[in-house]
Amino acid sequence: MIHSVTFRKMKNRLMNFIMLACTLAVLVPLGLIFFHIVKMGLSSLSLDFFTHIPAPTGEAGGGMANGMFGSAIMIAGASLIGLPIGILGAIYLSEFGGTRVSNVIRFAADVLSGTPSIITGMVAYTLLVVPMKGFSGLAGSVALAMIMIPIVLRTTEEQLKMVPGSLREASLALGVPFWRTSLKVTLRSALSGVLTGILLAVARIAGETAPLLFTALGNQFWSKNVMQPMAALPLQIFSFAIAPYEDWHKLAWAGALVLVTVMFALSLTARYFGRTKQAR
Amino acid sequence: MNNKVQLDQVNIHFGKTHAVRDISMTFPENSVTAIIGPSGCGKSTLLRSMNRMHDLVPSARVTGKILVDNGDIYDRSVDPVAIRRRVGMVFQKPNPFPAMSIYDNVIAGYKLNGRLPREEADEIVESCLKRVALWDEVKDRLKSNAMMLSGGQQQRLCIARTIAVKPEVILMDEPASALDPISTLKIEELIEELKERYTIIIVTHNMQQAARVSDYTAFLYMGDLVECGETKKIFTTPEVKRTEDYITGRFG
Repeated sequence: MIHSVTFRKMKNRLMNFIMLACTLAVLVPLGLIFFHIVKMGLSSLSLDFFTHIPAPTGEAGGGMANGMFGSAIMIAGASLIGLPIGILGAIYLSEFGGTRVSNVIRFAADVLSGTPSIITGMVAYTLLVVPMKGFSGLAGSVALAMIMIPIVLRTTEEQLKMVPGSLREASLALGVPFWRTSLKVTLRSALSGVLTGILLAVARIAGETAPLLFTALGNQFWSKNVMQPMAALPLQIFSFAIAPYEDWHKLAWAGALVLVTVMFALSLTARYFGRTKQAR
Repeated sequence: MNNKVQLDQVNIHFGKTHAVRDISMTFPENSVTAIIGPSGCGKSTLLRSMNRMHDLVPSARVTGKILVDNGDIYDRSVDPVAIRRRVGMVFQKPNPFPAMSIYDNVIAGYKLNGRLPREEADEIVESCLKRVALWDEVKDRLKSNAMMLSGGQQQRLCIARTIAVKPEVILMDEPASALDPISTLKIEELIEELKERYTIIIVTHNMQQAARVSDYTAFLYMGDLVECGETKKIFTTPEVKRTEDYITGRFG
């Protein structure tokens, strides 16, 4: 049976409408979250927010400078631990892979990236906080690194696999050892994609709260020692948001705005790197 | 004339596939030897065994002896990296490094292995590009990306990159099959010139090309060496019927 042209066109229009509606359904929650956070956060955002630590209970003002500082330190620490492991592991999987070991590693990374982050926090608590007899920024970094590693590992591996074999051969045929070829040709060619993956991983851990609860713990004061409990922006948002004071809630909104803006910027930068790669 | 490369009962297996069977032949110094044969006859496989490119394929197994200047390159004491510096390779598809400039591509063999003083680099870039007749076309844009060049220019750049590290033998795996006729002609003229300094072994699909550029020709069929000898003789009075059939286009 052959449908009439009008019927076919109607079906086409209907399906187009349904797909458009689905796209909007994805965008609406994001828009609502962003709009609401900007509305609530912008009014409480001031210079003090970026330069002051939280004011003592009952006093007005104060900021989250220590939280932002602590977050930056812990993210840097996590990157220091997680990036070498993730990237070198990815080189192993992509360049020396194909063995049973690499399949096990791949599977383990996938399971690890699906593990709830609070579990990661508990593992870091057991491994570091208990034996060191105290909460610390270092334990926070390790917990964040554990979240970062599988993301970096898998995205980097995918990028390395996309580098054509002919480039590796070109380098090897010039008498360049395999390890130099891996680093200077293969990894170099995949660099923009790898950077995208790294930025997305950083954006991901920047917003993590649960793994820091049992590790970095948080700190009301300036904490520059990574062996001591350390403040973090998501933790401060959490504790300020559940506090019974109105002006603390406002600070929490301001913190949320800063956090979302940072993540937004990171994602945009990541997209930019991804874009320039395609343009080449 | 000296035999630069010598194969002695070379067999190559990939897993259970026996790709190259018991091949013994010689490649005289400062000459061009063409390896011809239908697709899948093992000619590229044989070529790649001569600078140990099969080392990267876990299932590949090379047995027999491959001698370069009478030294077995598969001897356990030999470093494959050292062999590849003596035996360079040009591939079927031009493969300049996409993240590098024309200049950097020529000296890639040095740059990837460490540092190279500026003046020395300038000198190498100019002389190698001149030798592949690319200098006049690119001298004003040495710093621009190598991917901006045409396919034929890219392939000549790849040859410049190969000769920059001063190899003794150059393996060419269908170097002109991805190029247009004019670029092909330029590559063929280049091969003619290069043989004064290097020993060249070229795999080609194109029999006219083999006849034009080579001094010696080897005909491979299904992994076996059917016949080899002076190109003139192979193309005019081949000894084996199958060679004649292939060359006259009756099969393959």
